[in-house]
Amino acid sequence: MNIKFVFIYILVISAIVLQSCSRKDEVAPAGGGEMSTLSVQFDNIVGAKKLQLNTGTYVNASGETFKISLLQYYISNIQLKDAAGKTFVVPQDSSYFLIKEGNGPSQFAKVRVPTGDYYTLSFVLGVDSLRNTMDISKRTGVLDPATGMDNGMYWSWNSGYIFFKMEGTADAVPADPSGQHKFRYHIGGFGGYSAPTINNVKTITIDLRNGGIPKVRVGREANVHLMVDVLKVFDGSTRVSLAKNSSVMFSDFSTLVANNYINMFFHDHTEN
Amino acid sequence: MYRKHLIVLLCVNIILFACSRKNDTAPLFAGFQPPANFPAPVYDLAKNPVTREGFELGRKLFYEPRMSRNNTISCGDCHLQTSAFTHHGHDVSHGIDDRLGSRNAPPIMNLAWHPAFMLDGGIFDLDLQPIAPIMNPVEMDETMENVLQKLRGIPTYPELFRKAFGTPEITTARLTKAMSQFMVMVVSSNSKYDRVMRGEGMQFTAAESAGYKVFQQQCNSCHKEPLFSDFSYRNNGIGAGPNNDLGRYDITLNAGDKYKFKVPSLRNLGFTAPYMHDGRFYALAGVLDHYTHEVQDMPTLDPLLKNGLPLSATDKEYLLAFLQTLNDTTFINDRRFSEQP
Repeated sequence: MNIKFVFIYILVISAIVLQSCSRKDEVAPAGGGEMSTLSVQFDNIVGAKKLQLNTGTYVNASGETFKISLLQYYISNIQLKDAAGKTFVVPQDSSYFLIKEGNGPSQFAKVRVPTGDYYTLSFVLGVDSLRNTMDISKRTGVLDPATGMDNGMYWSWNSGYIFFKMEGTADAVPADPSGQHKFRYHIGGFGGYSAPTINNVKTITIDLRNGGIPKVRVGREANVHLMVDVLKVFDGSTRVSLAKNSSVMFSDFSTLVANNYINMFFHDHTEN
Repeated sequence: MYRKHLIVLLCVNIILFACSRKNDTAPLFAGFQPPANFPAPVYDLAKNPVTREGFELGRKLFYEPRMSRNNTISCGDCHLQTSAFTHHGHDVSHGIDDRLGSRNAPPIMNLAWHPAFMLDGGIFDLDLQPIAPIMNPVEMDETMENVLQKLRGIPTYPELFRKAFGTPEITTARLTKAMSQFMVMVVSSNSKYDRVMRGEGMQFTAAESAGYKVFQQQCNSCHKEPLFSDFSYRNNGIGAGPNNDLGRYDITLNAGDKYKFKVPSLRNLGFTAPYMHDGRFYALAGVLDHYTHEVQDMPTLDPLLKNGLPLSATDKEYLLAFLQTLNDTTFINDRRFSEQP
């Protein structure tokens, strides 16, 4: 019981601190307070190849040939930093996106931001801890357990969202009872509610200066084009073999995969 | 004479009118009433106040087989009121297509006092609980989206949601909140034990009294009064079952939580056999024998059970007498909790 209270206490305190931080950093929109749309594109690739569901064949760092049948992940809590180092935090209720391979429009996260030039983009890969513990009435849109679950992005038995889901086949994977050589990576874990556990909520920060900064102006829609290389899932601080790890779900091993996939994102270019 | 009759008639009319007025008014809905001998509830009733309409909708949903893929299984199928909302006689339950689950169905009872749900505590909000059995492939094997679609297609439901929530819209949040309103109302607090404790003119027998003393010495540290659970997770040394269910560990991934399960309430235990997370004991005698001389030492065994519980044959006899005072027949017969015609 004590641990529980301490944990909730920490959660509440950090919520207050985080909120006050974000308030402090929020800038009044520059240039007369005008807002416009910024689009962030998540373009899934596998190494040097475009990702093609079911048909594309790829090879990971362990030399295993594989195909991908499903790829989807949550992007949330988008923030932008301008030239002066001031941060704009997209209002949280408009800052949850489910990126789905095979669904074109879902791959553009569109947010309303003050007009201006932005140097840095950051976002959470997954769903932040607070939203994971919020009242069910606050879970709407892509976070509605009805929608989320039909997309299979919610663990009902261990209340919490699945942040990243990738499934496919590889010959190296031992056959399951149905004879398929399937791999399933379902990564989640927001840190636990009444007892601390794994936390795979990852914040990704990207410097936009080399690929071209987005110039957000009224009447235009700048598009930050990110490449998302899923090969990184299998290589990074840990080399992950599909043969040895065909099923990665709620487990300690998932934190190693999450530490790999934070390196999936790179800024290719910006269309202003 | 004529005038006198008229006055009498008028009086009778007034009385009849008053009577009929009284009868027209539906009996008052008391809402959620915490029993006098219970602590404050954990469930946040302020964020989901219980109304008659919400409660009745929740009850209808609880007995609604459309919650399942092929419209065959309702919540009430594995949570039978006659067994204090457990699945009497089943070690584990059979859900859709008679698929078997891996754990014993826990009672729906006094849930407003539970800080977390399921035998491993994996669900931390009652409003999120109904989603789990609906989604589980061996229970209802359905999606929330399909459930909402099915209910929207039945003319009575939009009207019931309008009555409960103001507009006919059927959403995930409204569905689970209505179900929470029903489930928090399912309170068992009228056992002989409760009546003795509240001083409602009942006394324990000598054997029950002696059993109560044994209980307070040997059992109360985990099965804490008055809810008869402290809602902690413990390994009581029954040993891993055939499926090596790791219990709480699956939620926390903390090695110290292996084989731990939520301490179940002892209330209504006369109606809720079999016992333990996998229903391995079909009689209470088996449970008591376990605690006296079958506790298995394991790394996560609860320290309180290291040497088992020192219960003599007489202690056991008295204890069983006391435990039977926790059965609440009012609860299992309460028409408010039953499927309505």
